[in-house]
Amino acid sequence: MKKLIIAIVAFTLPSLAIAAGGNVHLDKADIDLTNKASLQNGAKMYVNYCLGCHSMKFMSYARMAKDLQLPEELVMENLMFTGNKIGDYMTVAMPSVDSAEWFGTTPPDLTVVARSRGTDWLYTYLRNFYIDESRPFGMNNLLFPSVSMPHVLWQLEGLKKPVYKTEKGEDGKDHQIFKGYEYISEGSMTPAKYDKAVRDLVNFLEYAGEPAKLIRYDLGIKVILFLVIFLVVAYRLKKEYWKDIH
Amino acid sequence: MKVLSNFVDWIDARFPLTKVWNEHLAQYYAPKNFNFWYFFGSLAMLVLVIQIVTGIFLTMNYKPSAAEAFSSVEYIMRDVNWGWLMRYLHSTGASAFFIVVYLHMFRGLMYGSYRQPRELVWIFGMLLYVALMAEAFMGYLLPWGQMSYWGAQVIISLFGAIPGVGEALAEWIRGDFVIADATLNRFFAFHVIAVPLILVALVFVHIVALHAVGSNNPDGIEIKKNKDANGIPLDGIPFHPYYTVKDIVGVIVFLILFCIVVFFIPEFDNWFLEKDNFIPADPLKTPEHIVPLWYFTPFYAILRAVPSKFGGVLAMGGAIVVLFVLPWLDRSPVKSIRYKGMLYKTILTVFIISFLALGYLGTQPATPILTNFARVFSIIYFLFFLLMPFYSKMDRTKPVPDRVTK
Repeated sequence: MKKLIIAIVAFTLPSLAIAAGGNVHLDKADIDLTNKASLQNGAKMYVNYCLGCHSMKFMSYARMAKDLQLPEELVMENLMFTGNKIGDYMTVAMPSVDSAEWFGTTPPDLTVVARSRGTDWLYTYLRNFYIDESRPFGMNNLLFPSVSMPHVLWQLEGLKKPVYKTEKGEDGKDHQIFKGYEYISEGSMTPAKYDKAVRDLVNFLEYAGEPAKLIRYDLGIKVILFLVIFLVVAYRLKKEYWKDIH
Repeated sequence: MKVLSNFVDWIDARFPLTKVWNEHLAQYYAPKNFNFWYFFGSLAMLVLVIQIVTGIFLTMNYKPSAAEAFSSVEYIMRDVNWGWLMRYLHSTGASAFFIVVYLHMFRGLMYGSYRQPRELVWIFGMLLYVALMAEAFMGYLLPWGQMSYWGAQVIISLFGAIPGVGEALAEWIRGDFVIADATLNRFFAFHVIAVPLILVALVFVHIVALHAVGSNNPDGIEIKKNKDANGIPLDGIPFHPYYTVKDIVGVIVFLILFCIVVFFIPEFDNWFLEKDNFIPADPLKTPEHIVPLWYFTPFYAILRAVPSKFGGVLAMGGAIVVLFVLPWLDRSPVKSIRYKGMLYKTILTVFIISFLALGYLGTQPATPILTNFARVFSIIYFLFFLLMPFYSKMDRTKPVPDRVTK
């Protein structure tokens, strides 16, 4: 509770806003890498809404097509807006000098963002944009205050503003407590559908962060099974040799 | 069979093959009472081999340049066949190396394996430990992530604290005013050839020295004192086949644990691979919280516990140097913890707790309270060694049997 109060106090004071970033509760992303439909939808979301600014430069379209079980022709026709060969990497056409000028900072490459931020962070971040007229794009983020990124998914989610209630804190003063959001315009998706779409997108980012994840668990089980059998043999061999000692 | 033995004879006439085999394996008599703690020497060698082999494969695709290093690692992780496996074996191997080596050193500490006549075995081992730290430190720069970059920046800037020559020395090590392409390139050279050569050479002399004096054992008794008519120690058994088959069991158990990490939790919850290291190095953006990897944190905590920077550097160096003189600090009439008294056992336990606590504190932000804790534990760390000549003499030891126990 105390943390939340601190978070909200800091949050309402723009000068301290950056300190609030670490105190927001993260929602569980609850992703499933084995769900191919979710990964495919996530890829579609990424290419349509993110790839305009955020490159995924260590990932090739061909690799994505193969791992996500998408036919190459389908990827080339529907998911390739930049580049023209299936073996191309997922880069952006926007020059970084221009984007730095437009957004204040160059949008980072997101290939391994799931590994540095974590999936819960991404899931929470993409669902906590709210209206804030003081920001250049009119939007702010509860998890990442004063973020330069606009709310690119607003047409899906709709627009919302934060609702506060006043509560007496331990110090006897009134504090503004963040209660939730109030939608002021509807998006093309219901909140539940929007959450699912974001979950798919985060699922795709998790995959992109480490494509080997799709195979390494299965391989690991086989390797360990082999070692366990080997262990039985080796242990019996040791017993046999050591019979005459002691 | 005849052909084979003729072939071996032919080689023996030109190279001491059978002699080396016998001296170091088939007729190297090791005490028969080795326990769990005696697996870690052979495991350390196994990890060294894993690191060298996976390292060779990584080198085939890694590019030691500031512009390409991060990308080349990601290229290995996705576009090189089995590249991800080589990389995880190598990154997990680095931490496994330290786990194994710390347990190996603790074994030496418990059973007095550093004592006369094994002082040189201990000193070669300590040199190995220092070389291993250098190897790990330089290897950690290579992925060129934020933690690689800023960790190296912090550690190398420590040389700047040396009065007079410090700044020039730090610049000489980096080859630039900050960590840069030149630093990465030279660290690569040291990591893939210079230090590994030193490591292999030191492993060689470590084992030659060990086999010259013979292995210690959990009882701390010299088995060479009791020999049969043929001059073979009564409590000794040939290393091969007895300990080779036993070590194979240890190797497999180790590999099972190792593979669980490699295949299921390679980041090991931020302990083996740090989150921030998946952000490319950015000389303009300092991470909020710079920490070295876990195996350096006890010494990092000692460094930060001292208020002056140069004092901290000296304390950190001293914490490692003091380990070298350990054989001359211990004045106890017995070697093994089994025959030492309560006093020594208590002090050793407090020391181990302090070392682990320092390791934890080194991962935490240096708040005033935690820094005070680090100071207390640092003092305990040094007192363990500095007071050893006194308490090891005062300690009430138990009588040592003539022959090894089971």
